[in-house]
Amino acid sequence: MTATVEAKTEGTEGKVGAVPTFTVTLRIARYDPEVDSEQHWESYQVTAHATDRVLDALHQIKWEQDGSLSFRRSCAHGVCGSDAMRINGKNRLACKTLIKDVNPDKPITVEPIKGLPVEKDLIVDMEPFFDAYREVMPFLITTGNEPTRERIQSQQDRDRFDDTTKCILCAACTTSCPVFWNDGQYFGPAAIVNAHRFIFDSRDEGGSQRLEVLNDKEGVWRCRTTFNCTDACPRGIQVTQAIQEVKRALLTSRF
Amino acid sequence: MQTHKYDVVIVGAGGAGMRAALESSTRTRTAVLTKLYPTRSHTGAAQGGMCAALANVEEDNWEWHTFDTVKGGDYLVDQDAAEIMCREAIDAVIDLEKMGLPFNRTPEGKIDQRRFGGHTRNHGEAAVRRSCFAADRTGHMILQTLYQNCVKQGVEFFNEFYVLDLLMNTGADGVEHAAGVVAYELATGEIHVFQAKSVVFATGGTGKVFKTTSNAHTLTGDGMGVAFRRGIPLEDMEFFQFHPTGLAGLGILLSEAARGEGGILRNADGERFMERYAPTIKDLAPRDIVARSMANEVREGRGAGPNKDYVLLDLTHLEPAHIDAKLPDITEFARTYLGVEPYTEPVPVYPTAHYAMGGVPTNVETEVLRNNTDVVPGLYAAGEVACVSVHGSNRLGTNSLLDINVFGRRAGIAAAEYAANAAWVELPSNPASLVDGMVEGIRGRESGERVADLRRELQETMDRNVQVFRTEGSMKEALGVIDELKERYANVVVQDKGRRYNTDLLEAVELGFLIELAEVITLGALARKESRGGHFREDYEARDDVNFMRHTMAYRAPLAGEGFGAESALFADEVRLDYKPVTVTRYQPMERKY
Repeated sequence: MTATVEAKTEGTEGKVGAVPTFTVTLRIARYDPEVDSEQHWESYQVTAHATDRVLDALHQIKWEQDGSLSFRRSCAHGVCGSDAMRINGKNRLACKTLIKDVNPDKPITVEPIKGLPVEKDLIVDMEPFFDAYREVMPFLITTGNEPTRERIQSQQDRDRFDDTTKCILCAACTTSCPVFWNDGQYFGPAAIVNAHRFIFDSRDEGGSQRLEVLNDKEGVWRCRTTFNCTDACPRGIQVTQAIQEVKRALLTSRF
Repeated sequence: MQTHKYDVVIVGAGGAGMRAALESSTRTRTAVLTKLYPTRSHTGAAQGGMCAALANVEEDNWEWHTFDTVKGGDYLVDQDAAEIMCREAIDAVIDLEKMGLPFNRTPEGKIDQRRFGGHTRNHGEAAVRRSCFAADRTGHMILQTLYQNCVKQGVEFFNEFYVLDLLMNTGADGVEHAAGVVAYELATGEIHVFQAKSVVFATGGTGKVFKTTSNAHTLTGDGMGVAFRRGIPLEDMEFFQFHPTGLAGLGILLSEAARGEGGILRNADGERFMERYAPTIKDLAPRDIVARSMANEVREGRGAGPNKDYVLLDLTHLEPAHIDAKLPDITEFARTYLGVEPYTEPVPVYPTAHYAMGGVPTNVETEVLRNNTDVVPGLYAAGEVACVSVHGSNRLGTNSLLDINVFGRRAGIAAAEYAANAAWVELPSNPASLVDGMVEGIRGRESGERVADLRRELQETMDRNVQVFRTEGSMKEALGVIDELKERYANVVVQDKGRRYNTDLLEAVELGFLIELAEVITLGALARKESRGGHFREDYEARDDVNFMRHTMAYRAPLAGEGFGAESALFADEVRLDYKPVTVTRYQPMERKY
């Protein structure tokens, strides 16, 4: 038994309770390294429901029209971070973007995220992204003997870094950053977010080591505060603010 | 083909795999193979918490937790295993905190705890605060924390490597040992053989057997399927958990924490119907009971919505600030996917396929069993792929995050210690032949049927016939469809013939696992002529301890490895069912009331 949901789209006709459908065109950047010398665009038409996400449309194409269309996906509800892509020019998760919300009257463009090497269609090489992440020592650093029970931390101290614990490493922020597009050596917002998560954790004692890494010429000072990253984050993290807090910590040595 | 040699190979990088890796990699040379990137694993989707009797906010002890686990599993739980899990739960939580996990805190700064379904004080008296949590993204924080510590320790990962075969060979003692695995590298299409002294399966579940599921697209039961094809039995596969609160029509999970924080289930009349089904703990009854009650409300015409096909999860009486602090993610799911504002409107929900209680049988040391008593030396399993069995016929909420941490740790230690003393087992000749034959068989086919069509038919029949309510008739119908799909699978065709990132091809391989596991689930369910936990037979509504208080063990004839070609048959003609006794230590079965 499968439940259906009353669609809330306005202006759609049909019998009560029926989920309205509409036709939508997707323009997708295709690239097959075994065949193509460069990227090209292909258009596909799919029938979508009001509750469908862009990922559903991509699946419809892959499963019914062209099995060679390649993209990453897993959880399909915005928590695993596999399917970040550029949809109508903005970085989003395909599984968290409802088709009806991206103006389905016009063709929807779908491209791989920018700044990382394209491997095939919508799949990019994530290794440079994870390299930058690993560089900032994204783990709790402590010294001395471990307590027998849990470390004590006030809820207030816990809340201090709550926002940056939400990161799912989807790379939507880093690959929306114009500085990163021009300079692939820049750590990028996601790595700084993950450094922030530990720098402002009252249990952590590795703050100065991390700040030293981030003070590098490819570190936080490359940020030009364009806020693209904050707009792109599918988890609603205040990315630019986190970067500003790390900059301030560097200037004041207080964190 | 490339070959690699490691003392320990761990398959899967979710909670269980990475927890194992943290132990194993400090002791011996370890590789972790995952079909995804580690942080994409579905552990990250778990929301509500991880139970342990820390007694940080009220009196509690691990014996009560053990009792709840046994009763929650409707007495099919192996009680020695449950005891170990609930006792080690306390250290498991503390370990995670020391690794950096940002738990929510009490006013004194200790780990905070909240109520969860089926967890009670003093053997069922009232709900107890036992679940340790980080908002409603506890699984996310566990996955991130374990990955962070793997980075810290320099654990060696092979990302986007699909393990498609388990290698076994006869050791010096004349017994079949694990010898390694065969993996397909997504980026290049190359086949890799990993020789290992110990192999740990931590590959997760198989929710994609069903259409409506909270599971990721990638949860296709690969580990269970690979083991089964090599002659390892599967235990209790008929027990599948349907989580009560999936977003209606989509199956996306809304944590039980919503009810733990005070959310109420209502039918179309606004009635709090759980008062009728579980008068003591109401909305916080175990998942099988709540899911069945919801389905029953819908069946009897009290469902909400235009088609009367869902019920409502009501959070509107909670303070918005409380919702934001404790349930931020799941309320966002309701807004994003259904356009419902949980502050002011109840959320449409319906049961969604969530968790496989069954799996590869292991003992409490996580060693895989080849039959009721004997282990396969060098082979280990932990997490959802395994059946210890700590969940019996119905898993309690939060016990999966606990399971992966306790038994993942045990697996990592056991696998590394075994490898330290064991001799290498030779690889079988032509170790890649099965994977090669399977993959090239599909790639080389020029015409046939689409993978997606077969998969849809499989999932639809499983949703219709083997879901919350089952009968002999419904399951025979499902088996008819599955039989047909087994034949049609020999004709599936993929459009992508390339080597690089060929996800088209891998979806076809995954479909093979799904079909095989759907058959095992349904055959076990058909043979089990009783109702227990997550398995409910309308034609046998009572639990039958005399005939069925025992584990199902499903066996098939192993595939021949060498000489497996494109035309070889993948599926077994016959699945044989046998049974294994339940380990009872201190709790005799009694009627399960809440």
